[in-house]
Amino acid sequence: MSETPYTLAELLIAAASDAWRGDGEILATGITPIPRIAAALAKATYAPQLLMTDAEVYFTVDPVPPGKRHVPIEIEGWAPYDRTFSLLWSGKRHAMVAPVQIDRFGQTNISVIGNHAKPKSAMLGARGFPGNSIYHPNSFFFPTHTARGFVAGEVDFVCSAGYNRERFAGRPFPKGLDLRLIVTNLAVLNFGGPDHAMQVVSLHPGVAFEQVQENTGFPLHRPDTIGITPAPTAHQLHVIRTVIDPNNVRDSVIKPERAA
Amino acid sequence: MLNKTASLEDAIATLRDGMRIGIGGWATRRKPMALVRALARSSIKDLTVHAYGGPDIGILAACGKIKKLVFPFVSLDHYPLEPHFRAARQTGLQVLELDEGMFHWGLRAAAMQLPFLPTRVGIGTDIIKQPELRMVKSPYDDGEELVAMPALKLDAALLHCHRSDAAGNVLTLSPDPFFDELFARAADHVIVSCEKLVPTADLNMRENARFNFVERSQIKVVVEAPLGAHPTSANPDYQIDLAHLKQYVDSASSPEAWAAYRAAFIDIPHADYAAAIGGREKIEAIPAVIY
Repeated sequence: MSETPYTLAELLIAAASDAWRGDGEILATGITPIPRIAAALAKATYAPQLLMTDAEVYFTVDPVPPGKRHVPIEIEGWAPYDRTFSLLWSGKRHAMVAPVQIDRFGQTNISVIGNHAKPKSAMLGARGFPGNSIYHPNSFFFPTHTARGFVAGEVDFVCSAGYNRERFAGRPFPKGLDLRLIVTNLAVLNFGGPDHAMQVVSLHPGVAFEQVQENTGFPLHRPDTIGITPAPTAHQLHVIRTVIDPNNVRDSVIKPERAA
Repeated sequence: MLNKTASLEDAIATLRDGMRIGIGGWATRRKPMALVRALARSSIKDLTVHAYGGPDIGILAACGKIKKLVFPFVSLDHYPLEPHFRAARQTGLQVLELDEGMFHWGLRAAAMQLPFLPTRVGIGTDIIKQPELRMVKSPYDDGEELVAMPALKLDAALLHCHRSDAAGNVLTLSPDPFFDELFARAADHVIVSCEKLVPTADLNMRENARFNFVERSQIKVVVEAPLGAHPTSANPDYQIDLAHLKQYVDSASSPEAWAAYRAAFIDIPHADYAAAIGGREKIEAIPAVIY
């Protein structure tokens, strides 16, 4: 157990870094800073075999810290977009992404809020979400867990596929559809409930199940026992602070209130 | 000796209203911005524009050139939301939204002169609910229902590379070639701008052949446009100009701000552009953006 004080960001990074456990020699992608630092923590601790990129075009031997670089980066391979598509279509990737909306099926949205033809808010577009969602494992990060993000019904524009049988017209789910962890500022969740229902796996220290449910637009599965999200270990904190996020980008994403 | 060189304005004059245009590069990297600005200045309109979008899309949208956008995203990377694209989209710009890989697949189908290429990408999402997309059943024993990604046939493509000779032997020296080859093969008419027009021997093709992304027979017009990708990068010649992108983002704050940006950077001849952005030396000194 760690005696070292830690921030909420560090708790979330440690929790999210578990996503790649058991994945083998695949590409770990974390989009937005917390997932990226989490993937780096996985590679720097228990999963050195993971492939990671410099967030541009090269595979690197060690995870690249976000922000200013203090040591030269050793490059071990080439990752142009064309290859990235080829790689992801092989299934050998696990991405953690930060969508704007998610629904009870695990469908997510980064395209529009409102109507697709004339949206209230246009965002990015579907990017690679449709392909990613049916070819390789995906996990999700939400810095703020609210019912506006965890929506009732379906997300406004389904960019990534989820466990929604109606959208597969009686056919089985694609074999690559494999939704893993959801890490939020309140809890760690997954799709391990009955018929892939979203369930709470662990609550962050001081958070009640009811608080998570109140901030979710659909019923969550409540398992008989729900753990408390483990504190980051002293080793994890050391690695986060000195090796993979020495610029403390994490604090710019999530204000450094103490989690415990 | 083949000579395909032309001025920016003459190159753009080879385009027509209503064309299906593809724009190479990716978001804030190696966008043919000098060609895009020349197109924005022209009278050409009603374009169906295809791109992995960045400020190219924002500028053309804000200048009223786009009838329909075919895209997987529009983003300025560091500034994830492209304000001019958003404004156009939120007032009903017609779109076909695709996955990044599907988009590549559509260009590839066009390059192979096929009506479509099958893919699973899009299944289970709202992408395939758009009327442009249809399904196809595998004729083999698996009988799988697949998405028939239609060919994204282009009338013209606009690309930016680092070096070219007058015949259109091109070099793209940046570490990611993106999908410029497929844009070139999907299009009937390809206009390439280059940082520097050089004699064939200076391409040093024996050393650089792997950076020659398509053969010259695919390229119709060559334009020399130094800083022609700015404010996007043409790494290794120069990097993304984040300060300028910020100015560009801020130009969406009001019609007056946009008019000022347009007057300062778009409605000027390319010969004056380097001076408008602070000079070539300043741009070359910008360090690479670190993500």
